[in-house]
Amino acid sequence: MKSRKYLKVYRQFLHTSLASELEYKTNILIDFITAILSLIGSIFLLSIFFQNDGGIGDWKFEEALIIQGIYTILNGITNTWFNPNLTEIVKHVREGTLDFVLLKPIDSQFFISLKKINPSGFLEIMLGFFLLIYCIKINQINLNLGFLTLCLITIICSISILYSLWFFISTTTIWFVKTWNATEVLRSFLYIGRFPLNSFSFSLRIFFSVFIPIAFLTTIPSEVFLGLSQLWKIFVEIIVAIVFLITSRKFWSFALKFYTSASS
Amino acid sequence: MGSNLINRKIFTLLKVQYSNMLEYRVEIALWAISGIIPFFMLNIWTNNNLNESINITDIMLSRYFLCAFFVRQFSVVWVVFSFEEDSLMGKVSPYLIQPLNPFFRYFAQHIAEQITRFPFALIIALFFFIFNPDSIWIPSLGILFLSVISTFLSFLIQFLIQSIIACLCFWTEKASSIERLLFIPTLFLSGLLAPVSSFPEYVKTWIYLTPFPYLIDFPANLLSGNSINLSGGFSMQILWILILFPVFRIIWSAGTKKYTAMGS
Repeated sequence: MKSRKYLKVYRQFLHTSLASELEYKTNILIDFITAILSLIGSIFLLSIFFQNDGGIGDWKFEEALIIQGIYTILNGITNTWFNPNLTEIVKHVREGTLDFVLLKPIDSQFFISLKKINPSGFLEIMLGFFLLIYCIKINQINLNLGFLTLCLITIICSISILYSLWFFISTTTIWFVKTWNATEVLRSFLYIGRFPLNSFSFSLRIFFSVFIPIAFLTTIPSEVFLGLSQLWKIFVEIIVAIVFLITSRKFWSFALKFYTSASS
Repeated sequence: MGSNLINRKIFTLLKVQYSNMLEYRVEIALWAISGIIPFFMLNIWTNNNLNESINITDIMLSRYFLCAFFVRQFSVVWVVFSFEEDSLMGKVSPYLIQPLNPFFRYFAQHIAEQITRFPFALIIALFFFIFNPDSIWIPSLGILFLSVISTFLSFLIQFLIQSIIACLCFWTEKASSIERLLFIPTLFLSGLLAPVSSFPEYVKTWIYLTPFPYLIDFPANLLSGNSINLSGGFSMQILWILILFPVFRIIWSAGTKKYTAMGS
């Protein structure tokens, strides 16, 4: 019953935001070209690392491409859902329109996280998938059901962690009002997700797996693709994802207690 | 008399914008932190001994990336985003009536922001030296002077490019997506993520004809004491400014003729 209501509401969200985004058709095209160029750029950068038999962190070039593919998918998801919605929280808090959200007879986290959609991110997600399929071919990975479920699980966990990170940062807006730049910091940290974790020094590896679990986002799913991942790593990722989702939820309701609306 | 008036204008603009920027110290600190990608890249380079393939010592490479960080800090431009917001909100109309090109206002904003950012960038550099004590060096006064000038020229090039894009707002309203598109080659080709000298030959043959390597690679190499073509770099920077400035003038005058305020 309840989930039906939310599905219905979400369909309305999709309809309205797609309608408004399609007003700017050339924008979508430009964003798509941007995504393609960005992928070419990172493969170019990767090829610099691999010239003269260099190589980073015991990964072969073909294997490192898998990370790029997963990064591109995650980045597309960020651009489609997280970025347009969660940067909006800043605006809601600053202009006091969060009141209207809280008054609605619907879960505020649901509303705030899924209200908008940016269709140009879809193309990026597809681009990532094509790259992944290509990688499966060149790395001669044989597909079977167990492998696919593991991949799906780890990628879903990555998406949950990514969402929670974005949601955490955006929630702090309630205290600091303008956290536009904090999301920029997160964005620059996420950039390291383009490279395998063991290409970094030990201290950075610890930092990015314990404090900000960016390491989990791309490296573990890629290891699953290559059949290198140990089962405990996947378990750790699942646990981290669950913990992050629950705490982000708790953090939101905690933060709302401090929300005092604009000019009150 | 005339020059006195211009001086006063410049001084007032800077003073207003500087006090405005000081309001947002935390934001600017966060923004400074979001520019640390070069350090992650350095970590990949040194941790995988990739520098051996391009004949740069570890120390020179770490100085290079520190300088790249600095040059980037003082050449970040966001005029498109300000202008787009102002033009969508209809704030451009009052600016156009004033006997001062609105871009001077944005220009002062950028300079003021750089002054505010300076101490934060120094603090980050201090941390960098604590972790990498080998790479401490003091550039000579002449080099310092020259690199400040080349960083400023790099800032000017980027400011002009973005101002030209910003003027497209008169036609399309959403010009920031074009800026995001142009940011991709800037990111990958300017030397922020990898020094241009490490690029493969087929890129090096044409890249020095584009403005990109003069945005970060040239000033950073100059400051860090790597070998560069001094006169060639400066003349290319000036050449690009001389090309871009008339383009800006033309597009600005065409755009203001085209401009119709919201609701008219």
